[in-house]
Amino acid sequence: MKILVPIKRVVDSNVRIRVKADGSGVDTTNLKMSMNPFDEIAVEAALRLREAGTEAEIVAVSVGPAQAQDTLRAALAMGADRAIHLKTDAAVEPLAVAKLLQAVAQKEAADLVILGRQAIDGDAGQTGQMLASRLGWGQATFASAIEVADGHVVVTRETDGGQQVIAVNLPCIVTVDLRLNEPRFATLPNIMKAKKKPLEEVPADSFGVDLAPRLKVLRTEEPAPRSGGVAVENVAALVERLKSAGAI
Amino acid sequence: MTILLLAEHNNETLHDATAKALSAALQLGQEVDILVAGAGVEAVAKAAAAHGGVRKVLVAETGAGQLAEPIAATIIGLAAGYGGFVAAATATGRSVMPRVAGALDVMQVSDVVKVVAPDTFVRPIYAGNALETVQSTDAILVMTVRVAAFPAAATGGSASVETVAASDPQLSRFIEDRVTRSDRPELSNAKVVVSGGRALGSKENFDKLILPLADRLHAAVGASRAAVDAGFAPNEWQVGQTGKVVAPDLYIAVGISGAIQHLAGMTGSKVIVAINKDAEAPIMKLADYSLAGDLFTIIPELEKLL
Ligand SMILES: Cc1cc2nc3c(=O)[nH]c(=O)nc-3n(C[C@H](O)[C@H](O)[C@H](O)COP(=O)(O)OP(=O)(O)OC[C@H]3O[C@@H](n4cnc5c(N)ncnc54)[C@H](O)[C@@H]3O)c2cc1C
Ligand SMILES: Nc1ncnc2c1ncn2[C@@H]1O[C@H](COP(=O)(O)O)[C@@H](O)[C@H]1O
Repeated sequence: MKILVPIKRVVDSNVRIRVKADGSGVDTTNLKMSMNPFDEIAVEAALRLREAGTEAEIVAVSVGPAQAQDTLRAALAMGADRAIHLKTDAAVEPLAVAKLLQAVAQKEAADLVILGRQAIDGDAGQTGQMLASRLGWGQATFASAIEVADGHVVVTRETDGGQQVIAVNLPCIVTVDLRLNEPRFATLPNIMKAKKKPLEEVPADSFGVDLAPRLKVLRTEEPAPRSGGVAVENVAALVERLKSAGAI
Repeated sequence: MTILLLAEHNNETLHDATAKALSAALQLGQEVDILVAGAGVEAVAKAAAAHGGVRKVLVAETGAGQLAEPIAATIIGLAAGYGGFVAAATATGRSVMPRVAGALDVMQVSDVVKVVAPDTFVRPIYAGNALETVQSTDAILVMTVRVAAFPAAATGGSASVETVAASDPQLSRFIEDRVTRSDRPELSNAKVVVSGGRALGSKENFDKLILPLADRLHAAVGASRAAVDAGFAPNEWQVGQTGKVVAPDLYIAVGISGAIQHLAGMTGSKVIVAINKDAEAPIMKLADYSLAGDLFTIIPELEKLL
């Protein structure tokens, strides 16, 4: 089968971002960028399905600027077979990303698309479900276990009350949650090998998809800071404070 | 603009996320209908109809598993009658609504924390380290609501209940829910939350220290991702960017460092207490009351003094 793994280049999860003083957005200049952590889990999931015996070609896809190719190389170094870069310098919203991925999934005749549950910059959590709906495919969100069976996948999902197990017909999309797996580190020989793997660059505006944003960002601001707290000496003092604050 | 609100429920009872999402929906439009999609949901529909400001409650038999495909297909079938679609940003709302948005060619507004105007909203990005005010230019609105940011809408209504046709594209099949029932207050709407982190060291310690303290305070139990990953606590207890977002009156963080992803889920709490042996841990700076020391001596003592 053919597995598509869409990956996004985002500010590294350990970096604390700063909002521009004029409220025009988040300042990302010179910040460390990495593959969206959920997308690393998605790549790992695809590799493990193959290692568990599902014959598969694994194709990483990214929509983004020139540097998105570094992220695609990282996926290739983990073990993806080839990569497609839909190049654009514009900020593309999940709806437009879903439309671009729809075109790629159709052209590639993909059987399974594994995405992250959310990109940790915009925290939208939409792309996978939008893609599934536009393709008319089934979906399994927040996966903590994936098994490929005959003509369908069995997915354990993390839900608000615990877990849910569902079966989804192939082709379908799966979005992954944190506990699905622990992504591997690329080894040096695999990083070298990745440099030779095919990476196709296509302009994002060559698909006839309207990439213009639908949401106008009027303002970006820092959340109101919490007022400074008190360091208490001991347990008795803590209980005293909580009582006088009416918290207990 | 008439709004269709997707109810959050477990087929037996209406979850209070619905009443909170309703108060957001009521800020958008003149009229709100509530869709209760599931299996055998009469009691849920009745509870939904008792909320003020609701025009009518629609019931659709979409199956016990509340799968995204039939619920989204049913909403899309009803779409002509509505200008906006709203759901709580729960696991169900987050799965269903982007499917609806994708089909209607609408860019969804996720995790709204404030309605500025019927087309303008505030939502957190970067794990809550920034707040974005966005204006939707789509003709139709699709949004999910962060329920901790809205009060529950009042009851006192008596909307009519009618059945609508469900559609099911038959793309997926429900196998089972693995839900643990507990007598403790539920994390997402508890007044007090006691959360434990990696420092607990084992499930035995978590059970021995965090659970009795929580019971003492009639609190829900939360956990950091590290504690969940280590198996000290189940996934549904995780608080944070990818867990539950809580805003209780009192949040007690025990042996949790305060990574940005954890803070994303609890900085809306009224009073925050942090107990950590490292006085410099990020959570200690943020807490209203911080107590530096060893949790293994502090927690038993605290339980005694409460
Ligand atoms: C994409 C992504 C999403 C994430 N989502 C979440 C999320 O939703 N929720 C979440 O919580 N995390 C999330 N994380 C993980 C997060 O980055 C942290 O790794 C995690 O929150 C750390 O958990 P912790 O505070 O329990 O552990 P640690 O950071 O290891 O902190 C343990 C703390 O315990 C203290 N301690 C140790 N011993 C004692 C003692 N005896 N007494 C008192 N204190 C003691 C230490 O000083 C330390 O501060 C996410 C990460 C990523 C990359
Ligand atoms: N620009 C992009 N390029 C490739 N994949 C993306 C892009 N944006 C989002 N995705 C995928 O969609 C998932 C969810 O993203 P989002 O809907 O933006 O939260 C991510 O984890 C990725 O798998």
